[in-house]
Amino acid sequence: MVEHGDVRVVHKGGSKINFREPALSTDSRFLLCASGESVKVFSTATEECLHALQGHTDLITGVLLRPSNHLQAYSCSLDGTVRLWDFTDGILIRWAKSNRVNIWCCFIYVWTVHLHVCACTELFQLVAVHLPQCGEQLVEAKELSAVLSNISSNPAASAFGREGQYIVSAKPLQLEVYFFKKHKSYSFFLKKDNQKGGKNTFTCITCHPTEDCIASGHEDGKIRLWRNFNHRKEYTYSTLHWHHSAVSSLRFTPEGTNLLSGGVESVLVQWRYNQESQRDFLPRLGGAITHISVSPDGALFCTSHSDNKITIIQSCVKVSAVIQGLVKGDRIRTDLMIEPRSKALVLNGKPGHLQFYSLQRDKLLYNLDIVQQEYIHESGLEQFEVVMAAFDASGSWLATVEERKQKAPELELNLKLWAFDDQKQSFVLNTTISAPHEGRITALCFPHVSDGQTTMLVSTSRDGHFKAWQLAAPAHTEDEGPSWSCDFLGAYHSLVPECCCFSADSSLLAVGFQEVVTVWTPASWELLTTLSQPPGAVRDLCFGRLSCSKYLLGATTSRLLCCWNLLTCSLEWVTSMDVSLLLADPLSENMAAFCFEAGSTDLFVFKPGEPRPLFSHKALCSGRVTHAVFVPREVMLESCDEASQWLNCSHLYFLTQSMDLLTFITKAEEDKLTASSKQLVVSDDVAMTPFHLLLGKHRDQLENPQGSNVSLPQLLQMPAHVLPSASFLCSMFVQSLLISVNKPSEQNKEKEEEMESEKEEEDSDGEMESRISRPEHMPSGESGCAAPALTKEEVRELRRLKKLDHSWMKGLLD
Amino acid sequence: MGEFVVHRVRFFDYMPSAIRAMAFNGSTQRLAVARGDGAVEIFNFADNYFQEKVIPGRSDRAIEALCWVRGRLFSAGLSGEIIEYDLEKLRPRYSVEAYGGPIWTISSNSQETLLGVGCEDGTVKMFEILEERIQFQRNLDRQKGRIISLSWHPSGAQIAAGMIDMIRIFDAETGKSTLKRSSQNRTAPKTHVVVWSVAFLSNDTVISGDSAGKVQIWDAVTGTLIRNHLITKWDVLGLAVSQDESSVIAGTSEGTVVQFQALASTMGQENNQWVRTRTFKNHTHDVRALVHTDTAVVSGGMDTQLVVRPLLDKVEKNTQESALRKILFPHKSLVCCARKAGLLLFQFPDHLELWRLGESRQAGDRLPVMKNPEKLIQLQNKGEDHICCSAVSPCGSWVAFSTVSSVRLYKLQLSNGNISIKKMLLRAFSAFLSFPGSSQPIHLLSASENGNWLAAANTDGQIHVFNLHKLKVSSYLFLHCTLPVYSSCPTAIAIHPTTGHLLSAHADQQIFEFSLKLKEYTAWSRSLQREGLHPLWLQRDTPITHIAFNRNKPAHVFLHDAFMFCIIDQSLPLPQARKKLYNQMDLKTISPQKRMQESHAFKICKMFQHLLSIHLLDDSSLVVVERPLADIVSQLPPPVRQKKFAT
Repeated sequence: MVEHGDVRVVHKGGSKINFREPALSTDSRFLLCASGESVKVFSTATEECLHALQGHTDLITGVLLRPSNHLQAYSCSLDGTVRLWDFTDGILIRWAKSNRVNIWCCFIYVWTVHLHVCACTELFQLVAVHLPQCGEQLVEAKELSAVLSNISSNPAASAFGREGQYIVSAKPLQLEVYFFKKHKSYSFFLKKDNQKGGKNTFTCITCHPTEDCIASGHEDGKIRLWRNFNHRKEYTYSTLHWHHSAVSSLRFTPEGTNLLSGGVESVLVQWRYNQESQRDFLPRLGGAITHISVSPDGALFCTSHSDNKITIIQSCVKVSAVIQGLVKGDRIRTDLMIEPRSKALVLNGKPGHLQFYSLQRDKLLYNLDIVQQEYIHESGLEQFEVVMAAFDASGSWLATVEERKQKAPELELNLKLWAFDDQKQSFVLNTTISAPHEGRITALCFPHVSDGQTTMLVSTSRDGHFKAWQLAAPAHTEDEGPSWSCDFLGAYHSLVPECCCFSADSSLLAVGFQEVVTVWTPASWELLTTLSQPPGAVRDLCFGRLSCSKYLLGATTSRLLCCWNLLTCSLEWVTSMDVSLLLADPLSENMAAFCFEAGSTDLFVFKPGEPRPLFSHKALCSGRVTHAVFVPREVMLESCDEASQWLNCSHLYFLTQSMDLLTFITKAEEDKLTASSKQLVVSDDVAMTPFHLLLGKHRDQLENPQGSNVSLPQLLQMPAHVLPSASFLCSMFVQSLLISVNKPSEQNKEKEEEMESEKEEEDSDGEMESRISRPEHMPSGESGCAAPALTKEEVRELRRLKKLDHSWMKGLLD
Repeated sequence: MGEFVVHRVRFFDYMPSAIRAMAFNGSTQRLAVARGDGAVEIFNFADNYFQEKVIPGRSDRAIEALCWVRGRLFSAGLSGEIIEYDLEKLRPRYSVEAYGGPIWTISSNSQETLLGVGCEDGTVKMFEILEERIQFQRNLDRQKGRIISLSWHPSGAQIAAGMIDMIRIFDAETGKSTLKRSSQNRTAPKTHVVVWSVAFLSNDTVISGDSAGKVQIWDAVTGTLIRNHLITKWDVLGLAVSQDESSVIAGTSEGTVVQFQALASTMGQENNQWVRTRTFKNHTHDVRALVHTDTAVVSGGMDTQLVVRPLLDKVEKNTQESALRKILFPHKSLVCCARKAGLLLFQFPDHLELWRLGESRQAGDRLPVMKNPEKLIQLQNKGEDHICCSAVSPCGSWVAFSTVSSVRLYKLQLSNGNISIKKMLLRAFSAFLSFPGSSQPIHLLSASENGNWLAAANTDGQIHVFNLHKLKVSSYLFLHCTLPVYSSCPTAIAIHPTTGHLLSAHADQQIFEFSLKLKEYTAWSRSLQREGLHPLWLQRDTPITHIAFNRNKPAHVFLHDAFMFCIIDQSLPLPQARKKLYNQMDLKTISPQKRMQESHAFKICKMFQHLLSIHLLDDSSLVVVERPLADIVSQLPPPVRQKKFAT
């Protein structure tokens, strides 16, 4: 991506977590996965994201544990850097930069004293990167040596063999094995098709950890186990076949006793190595398996799935956790929307569902079942799809359109209106309108009502009408709530309406009928005026906001962007651009136009009233951008830089054709993020177990210089044969444990008090806390307490009273 | 090439017999195949897999095992006898009763001094191999239950025996059983497991294949199971080990052959493990017999085919050696035609059938049969011996056949519907053919049409021509000439009726023409040798089994193998090796002008498949005897049921 001023396009939130194979930490407690421009560290037990390792400036293309240190991990990125992280604390330890290459994926192996990172570059060469061992944080990787050239772009098609002695790489119909020591490579070819029509193309490769055996997966679902591959002719392979379509991932367990394979069937198959007739299955994992990884101790497996999900499996028996990212199907029919209440991003999720995804927390909140029918996983079936959805301004109503197309004339349509239920904190179906229109619905729009109660919805359709739907109290005085019904049916010269838009104060409705834009007043459904800029049908309509609300913008198919002044009903300006999407920022006057130009998309941000665009970004991404959304910020930015001012109120997220969710980030913001990540302090304790609480505190006291007992660590470090007898030591040891009570220092005491109060505030009465506070109950003895007349107990009593009093008072005031 | 009226005969009910056992002699490259009807066939692997010799079976002989000892062939079967064959006279030399009930297996030690047989009564009997015969030496410890399979340790000190539910290892010196391994089925202990096959390797490893579908690898010293490979749901019927003991193949009831290889699990180390590698599926039924040669896997079974599957890591790729071969039909003609009378004689193991051809009077591409073919006689052979060969005279009034012990001649009289048959008495042979310097059997005979010449070929490749004319004068066959010996065995010989040239086709697909008058190769034959045959011709994998001539067009020679029928026009130029060898169907599609350019001496027709015989009748109509594979398959018992994906 191109650097553009100090505003950059980044992957932030909702990125693919199944892009590359995740790495499991040695103790199986953490899962590291590449997600956009950061490495996310998940807990395998709770599915929560602990933290993100930030610092890369482009898409991360590989994450691997460092073999020599199980608390460190490498990551590599398209920005040409390899970084070494302490992933438990999220600290960047070192990073190596190479100006020459974009690293596409990364394999790491140590086979000499030096560390080598093998990286596959954009030219699909495999190069060995020599990382110098020096203290500086940033090192320049100068020594690059090409190992293999012209390898597959799929990282699963290359693998290191036993103890890094050789590297295996598969091209479509060729297996190449390169031995590092002998500098010799062997190639084995397969025929394109065998007699039975199976396709022999290689899809993935893995090597046995202790034996010389290569497992390769193929397009027709076969797995071949290659042996004797250090001979040009006497090589041999055996074939396993269970999968009915391509094998997408293969892994050996760390001991090499089992082989795991997965594919489209979404079944994890476990083959016994050398007894391949025995196999175990873990079916119904949901979504095609794209990657399999195994923790170094073999306790956990994890599978990445095509629906942006990572499943954590305990030893091929049980699914223990599911980490779900933003669900990305093969295509998205609805627009990107922001749910006004939770500020969650809403779009198509699972088939027949809408997903609510929190961009702030980067987490899937929930899926809302719209179709409410069982989805049948079979290709070629026509099933109901959610094609359109809209929220009203306050977030109390959601309108959805689902359609099923069996044949062109038999289109089935449902318009559903969902009310937000405060008790359930979810949307509840209010009205289902089957066949709301005779043709496909082209646009759906709620008016922007500021006082809260929305009672109108406008839908336009290919049948030549637009309909206004009204929330009406039930005619019969039964105990049903209000429901929606059709209020007005509008048409214009039997033209097909393509888009509609309410003005900012909802006093006007603009409906684009092919070349003609009609402006209606919703109060009386009167046609006020028509605007037209032939030739070319109007594709997108958008009213200006705030001070620019007098402007109406329209994009036409004849590559024009027109701006009409509604006060004069005349064309204010027109410019020639092929706008594929027009968006208005709800919190400012800014508008964003995504223009398709020469195979890629450009972005212009402008105010309708001003001649110059505020911001422009050429060649944002390849292909058309058809989905984008302004997401209001939680905290306003106060940037005065001209080019980034438009980002002060909202983020702009957009979805590329390859279903990547991208956004813009300013330099200042980025600096803040990296700064915050560097502030993290090294702490040697990881888990807050009861044992740690007890011992850790004790250690604090031990480490205190005023604490008299320095002998204990010395005692533990002494060789046993020079120590006095155990009976003598025992009493000393017990003594040493009691010392903290006998000689508390002033600071120590204060600290303890603070801790104690904290504990009380938390109002927890666990056993653990009581045990910790036990030393407090002991008489403080001759500790130098000169000033306070009150004893400790008295102080505590007083504090408790104080607190009680306060809450009681508070209750009175309320 | 001309047009012919073709009798397309499909009523020859030839049914090959299932393959029961095989043995391969590596030093002579001969494979012995025992069929279900007791016949033993010898294939020469060095000479294009040609079926050199056939020892006809007997109806009471059921061969279970074969064994080569220094070029001597032994067989044993359910009759309880051990038979040694005379490979020159093509009949059993002697048989020795083992007195242990039916014999299931026979195996010789690698020193080739002892022959071990496994009997129904649970004894392993040792026979000493003497110069002229074998002599019983002793019994090993008698066991309960039959001995199904035997394998000698290469040192000859131990012998492993596969039994029901167990494998035993005997000390060959003392005869004591040293080790017993139970290979009982743990999942279903009630059912018995038959150890169909064992193999004893020199590193004290025993490999067994059993009826539970497992190939198990045992340590013979400690008797522990090292590895267990479940390869089929049905039986593992046979095992074969390569010469260097790096590869083992196992045949199953599903028709698959599974290869196991001893591979080093890590490079450069000696810790070899037996790993299942390749699976070959060339059979539809049980694979009963297996042989692992140095370069190929040879398998045969219930579906009667002999399949030679080369191991691609041992042979050069894309050569003739690397092609898969299936041997379906015998390499000699079982059909004889009376070309004047329009009769066909079919030879079966125990009877002959004489058929009259059908008739049709219409013209056109497809001729409807006006008169159905008619079976005139079924001539049943008396006695147990099977028929070796048979012939009918061109006029159709004489029929002769022979068994290993006798020759019979019948006179037929066909007069408007009445058939009479009369057995003729044969005097003792008045003349003996003898080939100087060779004791190999004569396998081809061909007389010239005028009855002057008789050509005979033996399996050493010698072809002699005798003058029959002088036979009438003296009772001594006068040797006219001897052809130069060609390295490959002749598969068909014939003497031209007008020119008197002898044409011979050989197993390596070469063709020679020899002038009997001048006693030298003809100019055509020399030019053929000079220019060489077309590569596509040489790559065919079935031998030419019959040569015939057209009286009306002396330049035309009719040849056929199992998959094509060819007329060689000796007047046309020979095909160039570089050019495409068009067959007649392809020639029809190209333009006439080009057709002229492309025309060559070899006119090949592939319209008829699985050809058993082609004959030219005197009325210039062709008789084509086909045996479609589907007919053979339909007569086989149904194969074991297998679950197929998506069915």
